[in-house]
Amino acid sequence: MGAYIAKRLLAAIPVLFGLTIIVFLIMAMIPGDPATAILGSYATPENVAKLNKDLGLDKTLFEQYVIWIGNLFKGDLGRSYTLNRPVLDEVLERFTATLILAGTALLLCSILGLLAGVVSAVRQYGLADKAITLLVLVGISRPSFWLGLLLILIFAVNLRLFPASGMYAIYGGGDLKDLLHHLALPAFTLSVVATGVIARLTRTAMLEVLRQDYIRTARAKGLSERKVIYKHAFKSALVSIVPVIGIQAGFVIGGAVYIETVFQWPGIGSMLVKAISTRDLLLVQGGVLVVASAYVLFNLAADVVQTMLDPRLR
Amino acid sequence: MTDATMTAPVKAKKKPAGRPSTLALLFNNTLATVGLVILALICLTALAAPLLPLPDPDVTAPANRLMPVFSDGHLLGTDHLGRDLLSRLIWGTRVSLAVGLSATVIAAFFGSLLGLVAGYAGGRVDTLIMRGIDMVMAFPYILLALAIVAVLGPGLLNALYAIALVNIPFFARNIRGITLGLSRREFVDAARLAGKSPPQILFIEILPNVLPVIVITMSTTVGWMVLETAGLSFLGLGAQPPQADLGSMLGEGRKILFTAPHVSIIPGLMIFALVMSINLLGDGIRDILDPRLRAGSLTRPVARTKVIRDPKDIPPPSLEPGVLDVRDMRTEFQIGGSVYKAVGGVDLHLKKGECIGIIGESGSGKSVTAMSVMGLVPTPPGRIVGGAAYLNGEDLFGASDKRVRDLRGGSVAYVFQDPLSTLHPLFTVGDQLIEAIQAHQPLSGSEAKEKAIELLSLVRIPNAPERLSAYPHELSGGMRQRVCIAMALANDANVLIADEPTTALDVTVQSQILTLMNGLRRERDAAILFITHDFGVVSALCDRVAVMYAGRIVETGVTAEVLANPQHPYTAKLIDCVPVLGQPERRTDAIEGRPPVVNNLPDGCAFADRCPRVQTACRVGLIELEMANETRGVSCLFPMNKELRDDQAS
Repeated sequence: MGAYIAKRLLAAIPVLFGLTIIVFLIMAMIPGDPATAILGSYATPENVAKLNKDLGLDKTLFEQYVIWIGNLFKGDLGRSYTLNRPVLDEVLERFTATLILAGTALLLCSILGLLAGVVSAVRQYGLADKAITLLVLVGISRPSFWLGLLLILIFAVNLRLFPASGMYAIYGGGDLKDLLHHLALPAFTLSVVATGVIARLTRTAMLEVLRQDYIRTARAKGLSERKVIYKHAFKSALVSIVPVIGIQAGFVIGGAVYIETVFQWPGIGSMLVKAISTRDLLLVQGGVLVVASAYVLFNLAADVVQTMLDPRLR
Repeated sequence: MTDATMTAPVKAKKKPAGRPSTLALLFNNTLATVGLVILALICLTALAAPLLPLPDPDVTAPANRLMPVFSDGHLLGTDHLGRDLLSRLIWGTRVSLAVGLSATVIAAFFGSLLGLVAGYAGGRVDTLIMRGIDMVMAFPYILLALAIVAVLGPGLLNALYAIALVNIPFFARNIRGITLGLSRREFVDAARLAGKSPPQILFIEILPNVLPVIVITMSTTVGWMVLETAGLSFLGLGAQPPQADLGSMLGEGRKILFTAPHVSIIPGLMIFALVMSINLLGDGIRDILDPRLRAGSLTRPVARTKVIRDPKDIPPPSLEPGVLDVRDMRTEFQIGGSVYKAVGGVDLHLKKGECIGIIGESGSGKSVTAMSVMGLVPTPPGRIVGGAAYLNGEDLFGASDKRVRDLRGGSVAYVFQDPLSTLHPLFTVGDQLIEAIQAHQPLSGSEAKEKAIELLSLVRIPNAPERLSAYPHELSGGMRQRVCIAMALANDANVLIADEPTTALDVTVQSQILTLMNGLRRERDAAILFITHDFGVVSALCDRVAVMYAGRIVETGVTAEVLANPQHPYTAKLIDCVPVLGQPERRTDAIEGRPPVVNNLPDGCAFADRCPRVQTACRVGLIELEMANETRGVSCLFPMNKELRDDQAS
């Protein structure tokens, strides 16, 4: 198992490397002159030229990339000109907040999605199945940011059960209880779409597995239906669902962009939106790079879990 | 524009009478119809926007700001600038629909093109394109769209490009897979040999076949695209004022959420209605086009075969003593509108320590007979419609689920055909054995483990203790089948039902398994019901044999007698099929024709159409199994030992 994980980690290196190239190229393709963007349209040509030199933009693309990646290894992603602080500091701080939000949402959607999917499959065409199918359809058909707004209206404004925004209370907060209180609404909102997707796939996977010969064997052994479904069938279904959960991690982190904006969660998503509208491109670059790398690692983790479940993959 | 009408030209071929068209099936699906109607209404309203008597959506009237729903002259109220919300909603829907559809078309066009080229060209081109696609897919989807908007700058058109671009990989992957399969097909080879150029082949031969898949993929992604463009606009990165789509309306409304919630709730509802109707329709289309769902093969089988029999018509057990006594058992499958009579009234009588072979071609109902006994035929589509099976005098079809579960693997154990698919791939051999033991015996973990080792040694598996931690795929086919047999022996069963246990194995392994089973039968005095299609196997193991054809037993008797003197022409033909070592000149004729389909059995003898001795009388009425003595019987009007007179020949 250890050797397998090491092998997968090694295989992830070229992917991460490719990510740096894409992220770098996207930023290099930006039309217009960053120096002009930074200095404004009234800048003198001398100032523009000086800033270009400072930013290393007078060099070839390849040289720029080598310098950029060299700095990356030193932990230097440049300096955000709007915040006037190192990009890496800002990105890491923001990313922690996003991880808390997205991690909770991912946990929530895995549990709820698997549960709903299994119930749906076991009660196929029954009332529970129909209700879940409809809920799932509703869940994946409406914008998550809209659901967020509705939840704020109901639970924060009218019922006053949860705070409407932020990560901690401004006065007297800061402990875990306060965090969970603030986390409830955004994490739930963020998990809904992924829950639907996972529930759907779990249902199909369970129905497929329940047709397999080894399920008949389990029944022929005289096992209880509970063991047949929750031990034998569920483990097989899980093998095909785990990679989907890995992919959903990407959607959850991406979806965090909306949810963080709606709930004013101080995460990387809301940072990116602000950075894009203020054209703070170094900040965008750093943010995208960190999130994409995390996504690669999430998928890697999903692969490893899948391999742990299925001995045939080892 | 609906997806159903888009598929229509592709499937313009005449449909065979009696099968409902795709469109008719769509209307049978209530949810899909609802989706279609809502979508059509939204689309028509959006298209008709310039013709409707609506106020200008962009004219501000600060005096009338934030009027509530159902106000005079403003059905849905006004926003923070006093603009009419209904008008803005309809115009915004127009924009959202147009952007969502355009993004879908662009993504479908470029994605499919990449997929077609990669799938058809193969080799280095394929690798290059697909690695690029993988790279793009390594980004979380929305993040990539954000990065693209960051580069291009905020704006509706840029948002459209971004959404289209991030969806290209999805199409490329799907279409490449299909193209790869198609490009190896005969008609493509034929076109190549006819001297057509690659673009000609790609667009004239392959594209029409890929088109339905493109349409399905579009119908499942267009909902996402509408949502995502709305999302970008909500963040202020899409539509810029004064232009508005549903997303930017929501985004503007959000700022006044607490004072005037209707300004953000209304556009949200519209997005929801739009995407929901698209998804309902898309699901409907997918369900109709997915062959698995059509065949009902994704229906969950219940724990035990459904029994529907007339309580007044349950045959009593026979008077002779026996462990397993099957009386007039009938099992059917209901698939679509037709009923397949897989087992049409079978009697079997199994004494202690006896081995009966059931032999027949594929589809003769022999496996279904074996599965029916303990209710292992999947329901749906299977069901037992008559007869009885008595185990030591107890009616199995009338027993409670709990009782059947106790007997399964306890008194009656099964060995199935392919040990690779019948063992659970994710549990070790030991886990599966211990589970079988503990299902019926109150043993502790270590006791059960000891017993498992004992069982593995019993079926002659070397290094039994180490093998416990092996997974099924790590064992050879013969070893796996030994494990299955060990599992069947775990609880000292009275009856062993073996469904072609040697068919998937090598010949040498086959004989080992047969010797093993024969030895175990003698040691433990268990009765065996042995299903096979091989007379060689029957003669090696079985005391008696029953020959099945089209769901009925056509001949039965002591194995040696049947082999030496077959009476049913079908039995005779089956025996002729067995090659004999040292007799190369022996003719091993295949039996001409095929067994009849059991949903439409002919009157009279089911074998009549393939029988060399068929007479007119063979095609009338029901031909019963006539028992000559206690063991020997045949259901044939003109058995092999009876001379045919010339005037009877047809």
